[in-house]
Amino acid sequence: MKAAPFEYSRAADIDEACALLAADESTRVVAGGQTLVPMMAMRLARPTRLIDINRIAALSYIRDDGETIAIGATTRQCVVERDPLVARKVPLLARAIPWIGHAATRARGTIGGSLANADPAAELPLLAITLDAVLNYRVDGQTAEMPARDFFIGPMITTLPTGACLTGVRFPVWRGAKVGVGFHEVNARRSDFAFVSAAAQVELGDDGECKRIAIAIGAAVDFPMRLDSAEQQLQGGALADAAVQAAVTDALADIDPLADLHASAEYRRRVAINLAARAVADARSQAQGSKNHAH
Amino acid sequence: MSENPDHFRFVSTDRRVREDRRFVVGKGNFVADIDVANTRHVALVTCPYPAAAIKSIDKSAALAMPGVHYVLDGRELAEATLPLMTGLDTPNVPRRPLALDVARYAGEWVAAVVADTRALAEDAAETVKVVYEKLPFVLDAEQALQAGSVLVHEAHGSNVLLDKTFVWGAVDKDFADSPRHLSLRVKWGRSSTVPIETFGVVASWDPWREILDVWASIQMPRYADQIGIALKIPVSSVRVHYDVDVGGSYGVKRGIKHTVLVGYLTRRLGFPVRLIEDRLENMRGGDAHGPERLFNVDVAFDDSGVIRSMKMRALENVGAYAGRSPFQLGKPVGAIVGPYKIQSVQYRAMAVVTNKTTQEAVRGFGQSPTNVAIERTIDEVAHTLGLDPIEVRRRNMIRHEEFPYTIPSGTTYDSGDYHTVIDKVLAHTSYEDLKKERDRLRSAGKLAGIGIAACLEPSGGNAMFEALINPKITTTTFMDSCRITVDGLGSITATMHTTSSGQGHETLVSTVIGEVLQVNPDSIRVTRPDSLNSLPSGTPVGSRMAIMLGGAAFHAANKLKTKLTAIATHDLGIPLERAIYANGEVYDRNAPQDRRTWADLVQIAHRNFHRMPSDMEPGLAVSHVMQVPTGGKLPTADGRVQMYPCTSFEFHLILVTIDPDLGTPEIVCYRIGHDCGTVINPKIVRGMTMGGIAHGIGAALYEEFAYDGEGQLMAQSFMDYLLPSSHEVPPVEIIHHVTPSPNTVLGQKGSGESGYLGAPAAVANAINDALRPLGISTNTLPIKVSVLGDMIAAARANKGH
Amino acid sequence: MRIELNVNGAVHELEVEPRTTLLDCLRDQLALTGAHAGCEHGVCGACTVLFDGVAVRACLMFAVQAQGTPITTIEGVTPGPGELSPIQDAFCETHGMQCGYCTPAMILVAHALLANNPDPTREDIVEAISGNICRCTGYAQIVEAFALAAERLRGANRPSELRK
Repeated sequence: MKAAPFEYSRAADIDEACALLAADESTRVVAGGQTLVPMMAMRLARPTRLIDINRIAALSYIRDDGETIAIGATTRQCVVERDPLVARKVPLLARAIPWIGHAATRARGTIGGSLANADPAAELPLLAITLDAVLNYRVDGQTAEMPARDFFIGPMITTLPTGACLTGVRFPVWRGAKVGVGFHEVNARRSDFAFVSAAAQVELGDDGECKRIAIAIGAAVDFPMRLDSAEQQLQGGALADAAVQAAVTDALADIDPLADLHASAEYRRRVAINLAARAVADARSQAQGSKNHAH
Repeated sequence: MSENPDHFRFVSTDRRVREDRRFVVGKGNFVADIDVANTRHVALVTCPYPAAAIKSIDKSAALAMPGVHYVLDGRELAEATLPLMTGLDTPNVPRRPLALDVARYAGEWVAAVVADTRALAEDAAETVKVVYEKLPFVLDAEQALQAGSVLVHEAHGSNVLLDKTFVWGAVDKDFADSPRHLSLRVKWGRSSTVPIETFGVVASWDPWREILDVWASIQMPRYADQIGIALKIPVSSVRVHYDVDVGGSYGVKRGIKHTVLVGYLTRRLGFPVRLIEDRLENMRGGDAHGPERLFNVDVAFDDSGVIRSMKMRALENVGAYAGRSPFQLGKPVGAIVGPYKIQSVQYRAMAVVTNKTTQEAVRGFGQSPTNVAIERTIDEVAHTLGLDPIEVRRRNMIRHEEFPYTIPSGTTYDSGDYHTVIDKVLAHTSYEDLKKERDRLRSAGKLAGIGIAACLEPSGGNAMFEALINPKITTTTFMDSCRITVDGLGSITATMHTTSSGQGHETLVSTVIGEVLQVNPDSIRVTRPDSLNSLPSGTPVGSRMAIMLGGAAFHAANKLKTKLTAIATHDLGIPLERAIYANGEVYDRNAPQDRRTWADLVQIAHRNFHRMPSDMEPGLAVSHVMQVPTGGKLPTADGRVQMYPCTSFEFHLILVTIDPDLGTPEIVCYRIGHDCGTVINPKIVRGMTMGGIAHGIGAALYEEFAYDGEGQLMAQSFMDYLLPSSHEVPPVEIIHHVTPSPNTVLGQKGSGESGYLGAPAAVANAINDALRPLGISTNTLPIKVSVLGDMIAAARANKGH
Repeated sequence: MRIELNVNGAVHELEVEPRTTLLDCLRDQLALTGAHAGCEHGVCGACTVLFDGVAVRACLMFAVQAQGTPITTIEGVTPGPGELSPIQDAFCETHGMQCGYCTPAMILVAHALLANNPDPTREDIVEAISGNICRCTGYAQIVEAFALAAERLRGANRPSELRK
């Protein structure tokens, strides 16, 4: 399983990378390589040129921008996993990242790589959708941004323009005093891609009612899906189990889940409902118990 | 551990495994590590369809690429070589390394490209243009049996390779006379051992010496023979290097088609040729899949749960071709009733071809699937009667005092104490407490079940299933051997004559010889000569090496001890009865100061011929070639035969929970009682059992070579073929017992398959116990999360949950 | 392409194709055959090396990407000819292997874990090795090797009479 031949360049900065990308359609960037390199080994991906962006220091950062936490595209997943700022301000990320692959793949895999790859079962796209993250990219010498909702449109398909390269992602920070998170995924073995996953973040008001809620599911359909109708239904309420179950069931009634070697469509639908409810319950409990943000 | 630790000095003691030293520093000698000058590399062109006629192969683009030396196709290879050896008498189902005219499974090898590097060979393989004409195909074994089915091999006239029924005892009468009957259908999904190292081989032909050197990651009886036969060269022109370390095999590394391929290429092209399968080649076309077996079991029993008679039909989906694999239906005959006193048995063994990857021998050689069928059945018998499953097993089990015990199919089990092993496990872990824990989990909302399996590990590897299944085969031996020399300065060197894949055979040999000669095993060198310098060996199959290699080493050491004693008594001028051999010295019982030391004896044997007894060869070289204990007889006309000489025993007791919403199973308690007779090296045996259990958990829950409706293998890589990681294997406690075998030199039995033989059955029984309150069951392995989840949801919907 | 690789403390100048993985480069060009190819698609972990002390899959990196970062292989943690490190010796003591194919990778994972976590729990060890598949041992004796190595390394600086 040796990759097909390719040329290799190291980009010194993002514009050099974009220029190389624009010059040839079958050029790709490589960051962590944890997904791209196996595809190349199996000759399913055959770029004629790889642009290595690992050394562009400006793409590796974790910053507190006030309203958001900004993470550079080539920041390693393991760095985000351990970062205390992220744990405080975007606890859902800290909760979910340990579920990505294995320690050895998180050591190299990047935040941007996983987002750009857009695997329907991947954790980071799910979190980006749940939290309404904004993705930044560079193309033709210009920086642009795109909300996560507009970014993931199919299995491994994004609206990233040709010749563009992701530069970073901003995760909004929920500032309330009682914020909690929940994350669940189910798979055959612990570190596999999920059959179904669910993420939730809840902010409770002083009266214990739900002030704000975000729920999304992953791996069930072609891209991560926010449960907008469930959120609307549950907002302002007490998030009782029955209400959550009903809201989530309604929201998922009409989806057309994926069926494959690992799980049937019915399994995905049913378990999506179950995991979404569990994620909300976890988030609610944590919000009730917390004075500040979650650990 | 030995029940009599004082009895042995080295055997059964906690010794390190000497092979570990080279592995921990990365200095194993794996085939891909071997660097032979001028080697070129092979990559395969494979058929994308499950069945297709090969109309043409255009090699021109490949041959034009720099660094590419050759493109070999099936026609050229078929004209120069004989088909690969098959076990059954099926001349119209030939098997070849490269497809000839017709490819019969997706992934079958159609052409081989030889280039300066593996990467270049892969580049070139992509440019080879094969024109195929798609043909109809069949994937399901029951469909392949039907009249009018697509034929995988037209000339054979049907898809049936084997259909043989054995009747041992008065089966019909026993069924008629029994008050109770039960039928069960059990499906063992296609899985295999899938070692982390793929198969690889390097072959180099020396035309002046007329020797074909072969280095391979091999575990195969008659490997050199099969190479010689296929390449039409004398076997004395084949030199297989047994000092290659094999990175795991557990049965499957037979690689004969790879070897014949590179063997032909090196002779044709004049330089060494190397084929190391990549993982894709291995999974689809390496011909290392394992059993895919459908059982129909019927039992006749009484109200106390004692099973009088059993009928079993085993239908095996062999894949597109068959080498030795149909014999995997025959080996379980040697333990067809498991540890139970079932009085009569009807067994129908059927093997069919389909358009799937070819199957190879897998750890246990069919015993583990058969154990699932037996153990699921006995659980269902217990449940039907409302009796405890352990109690029903006890009632059926052969008792300690009844050994040696001959089962209906003709094999005599050597020894065992099944009831004591069970007692010991339950003394270690209270069955009542386990049931309470199960009930507590159930009331907390989980599904929970206790799983039990009691199984035998036939060991000693006598291949009598060959003659049983194919009466044209008259082999009644499965040898092994050991040679010991003491050199002129007194060091001991022993030889063993096969490759190993982690079983610690060098440690085994040195320990046994050290025990007999009463010298430190660490001082004994163990080497592996090549096949031209070796005595016969049946290789590590059939859980045989402790018995056969251990036995050969034991006998050779005793020959040496006898010779040393004779030299000493002659030189001391004393009668033999007065000689005491101790720690490498011989002394006079009546006058202990009169002795000959090891150095003295070496001096006499190597240099002082005038002091030697008459008619004795000088030097200190002995060897022993061993026959299988209890072996030597062909099967009777009604298919009774002594299969393996020994039976080890294992009793699994586990607790499994299932999340009812997700269908995810978790093993929360694992106990195994294990009796393999005298344990030669405890670290090795423990490792085997732990590894076997992990392997069995994989087969029960995670691993499957699943095919889609188009004949494509869906699990082509490790992303879809799921191997258990450390998270999937629970902590296991092993409770040991020793019932020595009367048939072996130290009382040892085999343990190479331990854990694997019973774990799938235990997991299947545990999951069924967990599902029982919902009124559902499953008898299809692997038991997948999604399937469990859907079953549970449907059952709860029916019950109004 | 010409690259420089820092392997086991020595700098090597090499000519490689971009598509040559770090694994193949180590094995074929530097004769460091302790890292093994098990799947070449990043799942089995048999190719593990330490990249700036962190365990990574060498089959998922092209050699050209590895320039400038210190790489450690099993050969680099072996003290000297005929010698075993405490971790290697612990693996021998517990028989934390059988065929030896996954073993160099497991040992490097142990090095990386114990450098950061000198007193790992069983869960820590199980998690650390969960990215490395072993088909022989069922993991039990490997976990024991990690625990024994940790214990010996923790006690290594203290005179033996004072231990326990």
